[in-house]
Amino acid sequence: MKALRRTLTTCATALLLGPLGLTALAGEATPMADNPVVEARLIAISEELRCLVCQNESLAGSRAELAEDLRREVRKLIQDGKSDTEIKDYLVARYGDFVLYRPPVKPTTWLLWFGPFALLAGAVAGLVAYLRRRASRVQPAHLSAADKASAEALLADTPPRPKDPA
Amino acid sequence: MKRFLIPLGLFLVLVVFLAIGLNRDPHEVPSPLVGKPAPAFSVEKLAEPGKTFSPTDMQGQVWLLNVWASWCVSCRAEHPLLVAFSRQGGLPIVGLNYKEVRGDGGIDAKKLSPADEASLTRQRAGAWLSQHGDPYTLSVLDMDGRVGIDYGVYGVPETYLIDKKGVIRFKQIGPITPDALEKKILPLARQLATES
Repeated sequence: MKALRRTLTTCATALLLGPLGLTALAGEATPMADNPVVEARLIAISEELRCLVCQNESLAGSRAELAEDLRREVRKLIQDGKSDTEIKDYLVARYGDFVLYRPPVKPTTWLLWFGPFALLAGAVAGLVAYLRRRASRVQPAHLSAADKASAEALLADTPPRPKDPA
Repeated sequence: MKRFLIPLGLFLVLVVFLAIGLNRDPHEVPSPLVGKPAPAFSVEKLAEPGKTFSPTDMQGQVWLLNVWASWCVSCRAEHPLLVAFSRQGGLPIVGLNYKEVRGDGGIDAKKLSPADEASLTRQRAGAWLSQHGDPYTLSVLDMDGRVGIDYGVYGVPETYLIDKKGVIRFKQIGPITPDALEKKILPLARQLATES
């Protein structure tokens, strides 16, 4: 699937780059920002990445200077034909997993990924145990025959409910 | 009695987690480069235009790579410590002047030609060092911040302790404090000096 998407992206890039290539031959430099395919990929990748200066912003949205430098770097890597994974690995090698908003699943992040589910499973197990224990502790009340008869007499005597005034 | 112990225990666990979490500085992101070879680069020296420096020049020595800039306020706070430390002759310190012109919000670096940027960088960095003291064995220029990206620099100052084989062994994020120097950097540097 991913490979297919990449092929499609490459084809689209080739199609879009066709005319640009011609202008390049004509000796005109095209500013990088004019290539919509590269820009779209840049935005898609950098939205998954954290800006290290203002940590609650993505690399796509941050106006910090380092974010600008890193976007320039990512743009260059895209133009060098690097895949999304390679670009992310490039940044992780320099800044650590912290740059990824979606941390990878590995032994040190197991607690992060599976902790909430473990907590939920623990809570459900605790609840089941508690309910079972309570059920075994509460004894059903036994009615004597006389009590039952009087209860039924009372029920039979109850006049029909008055209609709701509303 | 027993029924209160479980919530109390859970509460104490929560308190411990919160206490640890609140005492950590979220701006200190552990560097994945510690334990890895210092990334190679080749940039011009401040004192000798046209001559370049590369980390392999320091092979066989334990040294510090200190990232700084004249616009960086925390660098000014750190600087006296570096100057005093260099007077004791502890370790060679290489100063990596980081985006001297581009990092200064007051200058529109895009309007400058590369040659103008280089001369302005030299002028500003040199003036700052002669005013505040020069603790560096040598200073090198990272004008566009490319070296900074390879070293995972995200805030200045940052300092790397590099061993004889050229492996990064420690990274100080933010200014070096006397405490960090005494308790972390110096003991580790002494130990690294004994390694072959």
